[in-house]
Amino acid sequence: MDVVVCVKQVPDTEQPIRVRADGSGIDEQGLNWILNYYDEHAVEEALRVRERHGGTVTVVCVGPPRATEALRTALAMGADEAVHVWDPALEGADHLGVSRVLAEVVRRMPHDLVLCGRLATDDNASVVGAALAEYLGLAQATAIAKLEIGDGVATVEREVEGGVEVLRVPLPAVFTVERTINEPRYPTLPGIMKAKRKEIRTLSLQDLGLDPAQVGAAAARVRYARFDPPPRREAGRVVTPESPEEGARLIAQFLQDTAKVL
Amino acid sequence: MAQQVAYRAPSDFYAVEDLLTDVQRSARDTVRRFVDREVLPHIGRWWLEGHFPTELVPKLGELGVLGANLPEEYGCAGLDNIAYGLLMQELERGDSGIRSFASVQGALVMYPIYAYGSEDQRRHYLPKLARGELVGCFGLTEPTAGSDPAAMNTRARKTARGWVLSGTKMWITNGSIAHLAIVWARDEAGTVRGFIVPTDTPGFSAHDIHTKVSMRASVTSELVLDEVEIPDDLALPGAVGLGKALGCLTQARYGIAWGAVGAAVACFEEALSYARDRVAFGRPIAATQIVQERLVDMLTKITTSQLVAYRLGQLKDAGRMHYAQVSLAKRHNVRAALEVAREARQVLGAYGITTEYHAMRHAANLESVDTYEGTYDIHTLILGREITGHEAFGRA
Ligand SMILES: Cc1cc2nc3c(=O)[nH]c(=O)nc-3n(C[C@H](O)[C@H](O)[C@H](O)COP(=O)(O)OP(=O)(O)OC[C@H]3O[C@@H](n4cnc5c(N)ncnc54)[C@H](O)[C@@H]3O)c2cc1C
Repeated sequence: MDVVVCVKQVPDTEQPIRVRADGSGIDEQGLNWILNYYDEHAVEEALRVRERHGGTVTVVCVGPPRATEALRTALAMGADEAVHVWDPALEGADHLGVSRVLAEVVRRMPHDLVLCGRLATDDNASVVGAALAEYLGLAQATAIAKLEIGDGVATVEREVEGGVEVLRVPLPAVFTVERTINEPRYPTLPGIMKAKRKEIRTLSLQDLGLDPAQVGAAAARVRYARFDPPPRREAGRVVTPESPEEGARLIAQFLQDTAKVL
Repeated sequence: MAQQVAYRAPSDFYAVEDLLTDVQRSARDTVRRFVDREVLPHIGRWWLEGHFPTELVPKLGELGVLGANLPEEYGCAGLDNIAYGLLMQELERGDSGIRSFASVQGALVMYPIYAYGSEDQRRHYLPKLARGELVGCFGLTEPTAGSDPAAMNTRARKTARGWVLSGTKMWITNGSIAHLAIVWARDEAGTVRGFIVPTDTPGFSAHDIHTKVSMRASVTSELVLDEVEIPDDLALPGAVGLGKALGCLTQARYGIAWGAVGAAVACFEEALSYARDRVAFGRPIAATQIVQERLVDMLTKITTSQLVAYRLGQLKDAGRMHYAQVSLAKRHNVRAALEVAREARQVLGAYGITTEYHAMRHAANLESVDTYEGTYDIHTLILGREITGHEAFGRA
């Protein structure tokens, strides 16, 4: 099984994210960049497929030079190879543009299975995995919580409202994974050292035979208009009931009249 | 000028983060996550129960933490010393006992085998110790010889086939869970030598000390060696002279200087967030001058300690680290962490005396760290001798 995992580098949301004063984006100064959590699960799943069925795991990332660090994390977890794609023309590309670039990379390498995270925690768009499957002309399933590889087909489970959906999908296919699918391993320290020595190829659009006018900023159909910080949370209201019964009554009243959830 | 300092974490005021390489950062992050998930949720209970979590040992091995700065050819991670220091920092952010386990295994057991052992000993022991399949301990201190190890009474008698060891070692971390002990003893000519002693050798026994009010999530034992006979190939060929035992201590103290920063950071961050939330007299206690002064003192101590540790790491990686420089870092950083922990405990008020918070546990642990690996006073004397040329140990 040759598995390709598409990964993204995102800001660590455990730290405060600040919006630039002019609303043009987030302030990148002092941010920590990490491998998107969902992609970590995708890498883990790929490693498990390799452990069970043999083959290779290749990770691919489209992003600025710093994004190679996310690839190194995946290598440190145990991926065999990493491909980095960057081109100044990709600054400002939209999700479809990135998907087309990824499709071109994947097309050029053996791929029995392509895995992505269900979403990237920076923009929560959930577009790239699905669009990639379309551009590759492959079967797909999104947000899978279980994956089993059979002979030329994969059985996957999706958690849907009130139950589990079981799908049989012919391979090669593209799946995006839910975080419940597995518990990712820690990159080990020897793994980190080995990853440091691995060569990461960086491909430009020209290397991939792609036209900047078709995939780059110029082709973007979605553009960010403005970023606003989330509205400040209003101070909570403190009530001091005379009795537990009164407390319960006040809370019920709040849920009914103010929050309107009952 | 008037802009806010753009720091990533409140405890990284001088952006030491920016000095780190990718490998150093990744190494730190992987252990940080491990500690967040596998240590912090349970440490309060372990500590109260006096339990060292042996179940973490194989996990630490798999992660590559044990002896992480030793070469890859012996199954170790081969990290640089700053990365290694950051690992110690993260482990001690969890608990000094967990860091102590790793310090003993790496700096006091694996290091002497690496530095003073034969090639056969290295190939046989290091990979297993690195994986955590074997646990080691280090026996230097005795009931009547602590700061002055030259006063040791443990004896090594040469026989036709090997050595016979007799004596008692005290305060030995990992003692009763160890598969092998690095034991220091005087031979008949009066020379101190180091030996690898398998703990299942007849005559060897370990007895845990249960009455500790510090370092409770760590095993501390007394070792009794009653005519313990070991073959020649378990003597460490290069471990001849007390200086070799002290050479191990230099390695361990290096890690401790970093570890202390982790404990201090845990206490500071906890105190800062508590001070912002806790309201007294109608305002957050963080809005009072006394609490602000405490927090500023803590941050100053942490920042100083970080820079001392980082520079010491540079010197070690350049092969220019002197043991007196290690003494300064160990002495300063551990005492600073102890003071930070005590101040944090005060900010936390009554809540601070429980294991729901970390400060009191760290403060109690750091009392041990301030004493072991050379007490604060002993490092004062080492440094005093270094800068004045006068010995003030006062040997009678
Ligand atoms: C939790 C824990 C774990 C430990 N683990 C290990 C281990 O794994 N292996 C091991 O070998 N040892 C271990 N130790 C022992 C530790 O290294 C010793 O406790 C330490 O070296 C101090 O020795 P001591 O306790 O005998 O104190 P002493 O040497 O008796 O000192 C008592 C006091 O006198 C002061 N003092 C001594 N000499 C002088 C002087 N000349 N001038 C001024 N003041 C002086 C000291 O600073 C101290 O305050 C451990 C200790 C603890 C608490």
